[in-house]
Amino acid sequence: MTKYFGDVRAVDGVDLAVRAGELFGLIGHNGAGKSTLFKMMLGLLPVTSGEIRIEGQLLRGEAFRRVRRRLGYLPENVVFYDNLTGLETLRFFAALKGAAKDECGLLLERVDLSHAADRRVKGYSKGMRQRLGLAQALLGRPSLLFLDEPTTGLDPEGIREFYRILKELKSDGVTIILTSHILSEIQERVDRLAIMKTGRIQALGTVQSLREAMDLPLRFEVRLANGAVEPLCRALAHLPVQDIRVDGDRVSVHCRRDAKMAVLETLASLDGNVVDLHVREPSLEDVFLGYSG
Amino acid sequence: MPGIEPGQIGVIAAKEFRDRIRNRWVLAVAVVFTAFALVIAYFGAAQQGAVGLRSIEVTIASLVSLVIYLVPLIALILGFDAIVGERERGSLDLLLSMPLTRLELLLGKFFGLSAALAVSTVAGFGLVGAMLAVKLPAAALYHYGGFMASSILLGMAFLSLAVTVSVFAGDRTRASGGAIALWFFFVLVFDLLLLGGLVASGGETGAQVFPYLLLLNPADVFRILNIFGTEEVRALYGLTTVFPEALASRGLLGAVMAAWIAAPLALAAWRFRK
Repeated sequence: MTKYFGDVRAVDGVDLAVRAGELFGLIGHNGAGKSTLFKMMLGLLPVTSGEIRIEGQLLRGEAFRRVRRRLGYLPENVVFYDNLTGLETLRFFAALKGAAKDECGLLLERVDLSHAADRRVKGYSKGMRQRLGLAQALLGRPSLLFLDEPTTGLDPEGIREFYRILKELKSDGVTIILTSHILSEIQERVDRLAIMKTGRIQALGTVQSLREAMDLPLRFEVRLANGAVEPLCRALAHLPVQDIRVDGDRVSVHCRRDAKMAVLETLASLDGNVVDLHVREPSLEDVFLGYSG
Repeated sequence: MPGIEPGQIGVIAAKEFRDRIRNRWVLAVAVVFTAFALVIAYFGAAQQGAVGLRSIEVTIASLVSLVIYLVPLIALILGFDAIVGERERGSLDLLLSMPLTRLELLLGKFFGLSAALAVSTVAGFGLVGAMLAVKLPAAALYHYGGFMASSILLGMAFLSLAVTVSVFAGDRTRASGGAIALWFFFVLVFDLLLLGGLVASGGETGAQVFPYLLLLNPADVFRILNIFGTEEVRALYGLTTVFPEALASRGLLGAVMAAWIAAPLALAAWRFRK
């Protein structure tokens, strides 16, 4: 699909299939087109060309309400009505979604807001609003969740709890699409991800496959026994490695993926002089910068 | 597009209505109406050297002048941010991600706000109505009921205009500007323009068309509806000579008012559809 705002091409020929039951991450800088893509998938913005199907259905006509009832959406920086309590907020959206009223109390419990159920949203902290937003998105037991920067405003404990809930949902077969700019946070958690830049999908796949496709170097960090630094540096000079750094008894070096075994063999030849070793995979940040930088 | 589900309109309308009850908007407006209505009903004839309740016709005629200023203003204030307010606060996307069509949202807002305005109107003018019921014959109450009903319709017409402004405006500031401009135009400027036109044309050509042009302003439709109800008031205003008999039909005037409610809403729905 493609989306123009006037002459500006916000989303440019994106062709994307998210699999049922998958936890899918969408990352990109501000203005990369993530939110526009999200809003088009939700049917909040019309596409300029192309089409979007959810569970095989176009979001219009007879299917409109049926599909919408199966969607949950947590907008970025969710805004609720200050004059309603948490429970009233959920009841309002439950009524619109055709969800059972008794779901509301259970969902508040699930996001740990039962204690604030009868307090007005006006007094909620950012994190509480975000959790209320998640509860709202879960009304009516959706089979597809759209979460836009869902962990903004949550503390580390809240983030962990949030992903624990996502994991439960995923094991129930719920498909989840989320955007995030905190790459380290999603890299261990998503099944696949797409990197967007200037309206296009630059890369798509598992974190591992993107790392490999980028062929970003691994980083070896070695601590050595006395006197082994010099021989190691000499041996490494013959290998396809870059950026050898020495700091006392520590040596770090970048090496290409296909030179990994050669470096390991070199280390093994040091006859037990290796005290400690870390092999670091490139982070999602590295991958992201590689594609979008 | 999917059809209309009345239940969804009801959910939105109920929330809007409850909001206005809860933030005491309905109460405040009812108190304002009551105060004005009491003062006008009781002291309205002071210029003629008397105080106290007079005939229902004169009371209504005085109240009509009040309502023409006050109700459009209140309706415009009530409705100008209906949509643009949600958009500006950032809550519109979430609403529109529900199994709710844009038309249902618009109608829900309109009917919820209309209900709030109607309750304020009935509660506000009801007290004076009760006083009249004690002192005056039943027929008077019938007229008064008509006055209250037409006040509600007038409010709904301006609410419809306000909701339309709230769809077209880019932000709340512009929406409030637009609402104020509409009030000035329909309540203050329109009649002056008509009169000016009539005078400029020497009363020759305009005289035939003039009464019909009044139908282009819901405030004037409201005025005609109420003051044409009764002989006495017609005489009081000296309007009998100016108005064609065809315009004195309640059915026609009611239909024009209904059109004033429906047409801006239809325009808003068209603009808001995507």
